[in-house]
Amino acid sequence: MADAIAVSGLRKSYGRAVALDGLNLSVATGEVHGFLGPNGSGKTTTIRILLGLLRASGGSARLLGGDPWSEAPALHRRLAYVPGDVTLWPNLSGGEVIDLLGRLRGSMDASRRASLIELFDLDPTKKARAYSKGNRQKVALISALASDVELLLLDEPTAGLDPLMEAAFRACIQDERKRGRTVLLSSHILSEVEALCDRVTIIRQGRTVESGTLAGLRHLTRTSIAAELTGPPAGLDRLPGVHDLVVEGNRVRCQVDAGQIDALLRQLTAVGVRSLTSQPPTLEELFLSHYASVPPGRGPAPGRDGDKA
Amino acid sequence: MSTLAGTSALARLAARRDRIMLPAWIYVLTALVAGTAYSFRKLYPTAAGREQFAAAAARNPALLSLYGPLSGNSVGSLTAWRYGAFAALGAGLMSVFIVVRHTRADEETGRLELAGSAAVGRQAALTAGLLIAVSANMVLAAVIPAALIALGLPAAGSISLALAIAGCGLVFTSVAAVTAQIAQTARAARGAAISVLAAAYLLRAVGDSAGAHGPGWLTWLSPAGWAELIRSFGQVRWWILALPLAAAAFVAGAAGVLAARRDYGAGLLPQRPGPARAAGWLRGPLALAWRLQRGTLTGWVIGALAYGAVVGEAANGIGGLLGSSEIRKILVRLGGQAALTNAYLAAIMSFGGLIAAGYAVSAVLRLRSEETEERADPLLAAGASRISWALGHLCIAAGGTALILAATGLGAGLGYALRSGTGGGEVARLAGAGLAQLPAALVLAGVAAALLGLAPRACVAGGWTALGVVVMLLFLGATLRLPQPILDISPFTHVPKLPGGTVSAAPLVWLTVIAVALAAGGLAGLKRRDIG
Repeated sequence: MADAIAVSGLRKSYGRAVALDGLNLSVATGEVHGFLGPNGSGKTTTIRILLGLLRASGGSARLLGGDPWSEAPALHRRLAYVPGDVTLWPNLSGGEVIDLLGRLRGSMDASRRASLIELFDLDPTKKARAYSKGNRQKVALISALASDVELLLLDEPTAGLDPLMEAAFRACIQDERKRGRTVLLSSHILSEVEALCDRVTIIRQGRTVESGTLAGLRHLTRTSIAAELTGPPAGLDRLPGVHDLVVEGNRVRCQVDAGQIDALLRQLTAVGVRSLTSQPPTLEELFLSHYASVPPGRGPAPGRDGDKA
Repeated sequence: MSTLAGTSALARLAARRDRIMLPAWIYVLTALVAGTAYSFRKLYPTAAGREQFAAAAARNPALLSLYGPLSGNSVGSLTAWRYGAFAALGAGLMSVFIVVRHTRADEETGRLELAGSAAVGRQAALTAGLLIAVSANMVLAAVIPAALIALGLPAAGSISLALAIAGCGLVFTSVAAVTAQIAQTARAARGAAISVLAAAYLLRAVGDSAGAHGPGWLTWLSPAGWAELIRSFGQVRWWILALPLAAAAFVAGAAGVLAARRDYGAGLLPQRPGPARAAGWLRGPLALAWRLQRGTLTGWVIGALAYGAVVGEAANGIGGLLGSSEIRKILVRLGGQAALTNAYLAAIMSFGGLIAAGYAVSAVLRLRSEETEERADPLLAAGASRISWALGHLCIAAGGTALILAATGLGAGLGYALRSGTGGGEVARLAGAGLAQLPAALVLAGVAAALLGLAPRACVAGGWTALGVVVMLLFLGATLRLPQPILDISPFTHVPKLPGGTVSAAPLVWLTVIAVALAAGGLAGLKRRDIG
């Protein structure tokens, strides 16, 4: 089946400021895809281009097999969008907004609407100006989830939700996956990404730095090894792929690249191992390694991710 | 912690944010008064010339009803007559915008929550807003006499006129402080304060046109009337200045009491729950635009009806308005009482046209605020096309403008006919005269729509500037004897003078075509550009 989202070499600049600089993103139909990157890296800009709200300066973007700019209204009937910072019409009630957006998309499952309102514990009679940030987010989420659409574009949808509601959200997304819907989920909550996403794309400064399954990404990083040996180790510092080596008598601590674990273990067992612990990289370490390192000669690119003026 | 802690920091922040807006207001108001004095002095240097002008102005009775009775022939009295009350209302308008901007608007957007979490007292924001508005009015009270005295006008008259104008500004400073406590949104707070301002204008208009036996005392109830009653360039009644000061102090005190009693972010009017399900008709961009704008529009229509009724009723007293029987004889020879009344009503209608154009521009600019406040995004992402979204609000703007103009004409017709007993024909005739202003008002809406699509960042400032230019042309055009090509810039120059004038469809058709073309250009631009 064709990809639900296929973006390649996408560029967007505002005058001299470059927000997207050759971004690639492909989301297969039916998968839940994590979209990650530091603040201002271009996630929201990408989503706004996919929604046809912004026109790309270069590159190509396809959404559900169509052109997001020229076919916007037709494509929008097949998707639902939840912005990171939901603003609503202050004098409309939450129920009115849910219905209005659903009717515009052309599809709304009334029983699902009712069960979602119960699940998220929302009072639909309140005027939008009286809602907190989290409740405004729930309005947008309920409206999106109750619509019968193929694709969900979620831009940090749980940023204002309490842990209970976040759990409810996770359950909903698991349901959506079972129904075969495609989800693009931009998030900073790593446990959420780990629990929900089949694949992730990490971007930084308007470029894709990594894309793949979480397991695949883990292989790109180092495992921590701590071992107590029966004798003093030798020659470990000459092994390729071994980093941060600390040897204290018979004890060894180090980081090792995914491809070199086998070689290291042979060396250790040759001496004799009394105890050994190995820790795969945590998700935090994985992301930090991608977020933090800035290639020389490039300043931070401006974008619209969350940190709006 | 003192309830006033942090006031000076907030006031400095407010002054920093208003560093363009405040000088602009003060400049425009001063230029209005000083420019009028300058042009009177230049065009009519002799007392005989001014006498002639007074007679000529008297031929247009609308001016007398709009500006009040003319009490003398000096440059000073002509200036005070022409723009005294308007400048006073202008100072009031400025004060309303300043106070609401620094109180309710900041509270509604949550900016004050951040500032308020610092060491800032409960009354600090209100006090800071009041401080800025009071300072602006004090600057106005200093700058206007400086300009007038430089033009050679008497010092006592210049100072008393300026103080009366600033006094009216102070009254509406405190009125806005109260509405900002009561209403929960900045829009509603401004609307309520401006309604009080409009009521002050109407009270003065009714009082001034009441004639010898009518309710002339109504002028005494209006802060705008005080600027007139002080008689700046005659026997100055300085004690009148006590009225605005007392009123401002009393109302500001009330605002302080209200502010101390309510929660942050809350108004004094209770929050009512809304429907759990949307009504069946709420299913598209046009329906949403109606749902969002209907409350505001209702207020405008009621205001237009009231305005029409008051000024229409006043048309019955037109003859008595002109003090000198000599002038009346000349006027009757020129076309009689009917022509006089028609000229007055026609001027009232073009004034109503300007008011309706103000609504039209604000309704179109609603699109821009929907866009910048990111409420357009969910709509456009849910399948509404850009064109249908924009057309929804444009339809409300056009239809609403038509409603307001019809209400103005209807009110004027009812007000005039009920007293004079001329019957339903008059009502229909005046409703038609009101609607004749529609194409011209729509041209201004078209300008705002074109800017929205083609130069979105400039559209708010540009839309209001266009309206300001048209207002200035209508007000100052005759006084300054501007050349016809400049007057022709304003669409209202081309509208037939109704009732009484000859109706020709051609200019109305042309204006409509221009309005539609401007809107189409705006929509074409909107289709191509980025949203946000």
